[in-house]
Amino acid sequence: MRLPTAKPASPATRALEVVPPSGPTAWLTTFTAGAMTFLCVFALALSLASGRLATRWSEALAKTATIRLSAPEEQVQIQTDAILTALASTPGIKSYRLIEDAETKQLLEPWFGPDLPVEALPIPRLIEVVEADPPYDAEGLKQRLTAEAPGAVLDDHTRWRRPLAEAAQRIRLLGVLSIALIGAAMAAMITLAARAALATNAEVIRVLRLVGAKDSYIARAFVRRFTLRALTGAAIGAAAGLVGVAALPAADAAGGFLTGLGFTGAGWLWPLALPPLAAIVAFLATRRAAFQKLRELT
Amino acid sequence: MTVITFENVAYSYGGGELLTDVSLKLAPGSFHFLTGPSGAGKSTFLKLAYAELRPTSGRVTLFDNDVTKLSRDDIARTRRRIGIVHQDCKFLDHMSLAANMALPFTVSDRESSPQDMDDLLGWVGLKHLADALPPQLSGGERQRAALARAVIVDPDVILADEPTGNVDWEMSLRILTLLVELNKMGKTILVATHDLNLIRQAKAQIQARVLRIAKHRVQLAGADL
Repeated sequence: MRLPTAKPASPATRALEVVPPSGPTAWLTTFTAGAMTFLCVFALALSLASGRLATRWSEALAKTATIRLSAPEEQVQIQTDAILTALASTPGIKSYRLIEDAETKQLLEPWFGPDLPVEALPIPRLIEVVEADPPYDAEGLKQRLTAEAPGAVLDDHTRWRRPLAEAAQRIRLLGVLSIALIGAAMAAMITLAARAALATNAEVIRVLRLVGAKDSYIARAFVRRFTLRALTGAAIGAAAGLVGVAALPAADAAGGFLTGLGFTGAGWLWPLALPPLAAIVAFLATRRAAFQKLRELT
Repeated sequence: MTVITFENVAYSYGGGELLTDVSLKLAPGSFHFLTGPSGAGKSTFLKLAYAELRPTSGRVTLFDNDVTKLSRDDIARTRRRIGIVHQDCKFLDHMSLAANMALPFTVSDRESSPQDMDDLLGWVGLKHLADALPPQLSGGERQRAALARAVIVDPDVILADEPTGNVDWEMSLRILTLLVELNKMGKTILVATHDLNLIRQAKAQIQARVLRIAKHRVQLAGADL
C-alpha cells in the first residue's frame, strides 16, 4: 500500500492504477493478439511468396517462346531453314536460337537417362525465341510458319503460364484479404474485451466521473492497458511466426511454390511491422469502445 | 455570482413530474438543508445540482453556466468545484483510503500536498486508517472519508445526500460539526436529510435555511420547524 507521502507515481501510471487489476482474463487479450499475429505472419509470407511467383511467371511468360518442329527426316533441315529465315524477317524478335541436339539431350536426360540415342528418336527440333519490345505478332508468326514450315508449332508459353500467373495473383489477393480479416477480427475481439472491462468497472467509472475525471482520463487507463496487452501478444506471435517461417525448408533453384514460401531480403521487415500495427488497432478499438461506453454514463 | 441557480426547473421520469417549477438561488457561503419525505426528489434535486441529470424544462445554472450547454469535459471541470458526499459513498476498493482521498487530485493530473493530506486525515479523524482499504472501514469512517475526499480540492460547494443516513447520532453530530466548520470557511453547503433533529442541532450553531420538497415543489420553510 502506498502512502501519499511516498514517492508519487507519474500521472500516466496512476491513471492505470485507478482501474482495478483485471484478474485472470487479462491474458486472453494477449493470447488473441498473439494468435492473430502468428496467423498474420503466414498470410503475409503467402502473399509475398505468391507475389514473387506471379511476377516471375509473368516475366517469363512475356519474354520467351519455343518453336517446335516435327517433320519427316528429309524435311527437317529444309523446314528449319525456312523457320530461321522467317524469324530473321519478323519484326519484334530480339533473338532466336536453334537448340542443338546435345542440348536437347541434356534437357531430356533427367527423364530418359544419359545414354539416350537422340539421333535415333523422332525428337522435335526446338528453336528458342526471345521477344523484343514491342513484341512480335504471335498470330501473324503462327500463320506464316504454317505456310512455310507446316511441321512447326509456335508455343508462346501463354497457354500454361498465364493461368498459373493468374492463380498466383489470386492467392496473393487472398493473402492480403486474410491479413485484413485478421486485423478486423482482432479489432472486434479487443472491442468486446474492452467493453466487458468497461462494463465490469462501471462503478469505478461513476466514482471517477463524480470526482471530476474527464472521459479522456478514464479512457486512458483502459486504452493503455489493452494497447500494451496487444503489443505484447503480437510481439510474441510475430516472433513465433518468424521462427516457423524460418524453419521451412529453404527455396532452391528447382524449388516449387511450397519451398518458396517465406520472406526474402527486405520482406523480413514486414512481420516486424505487425506488433506496432496490432498495438495501433488495439489503441483505436479500445478508445472507440471507451468513449462510446462513457457517453452512456453521466 | 450565485453558485447554483434553478429557474422554473422541472424534472420528470417516464411516469410523471417529480419536480415542478423549482426556482431558487444558493448564494456563496450559504448553508441549506433540503428535506422532505423519501421519494420526494431530494436526490434528484442534488443530481440536478451537480449535472448528473439535466432538467426536462427550465434552467439550472452552475457557477453562472447553463448546465444544458456544458460539454462532458465542462461537467468534469465543474465537478472539481463541487464536493459530493453520498449516503452510500463509493470508493475505489483496491486503493488505500489515502489514495481514494487524493483521487480528485489524481484525476486532474495534480499532486496533493502530503501536508494537506495529513491535515485533512487528522481533521476527519482518520489518520490511523490512511493505509486501510475502503471495505475495511465502518459506516461513519466511510462518511468522513467521503467528506474528506469531497473537500480535498477546496471546492466552492459541498452537496451532501443523507450524509448521516447510515451512522449513529454521535457520528451524525461529528459530521455536522465538520460541515459547519466548512461553512464557516466560506463554503456553500447543501445537505439533503430527513433527520429533523440534525437540522435543529445545526440551527443552534449557524444560520441555516431549510428547503422543503412537498407536492413536487421546493419551498423555503419558515421558522416553524
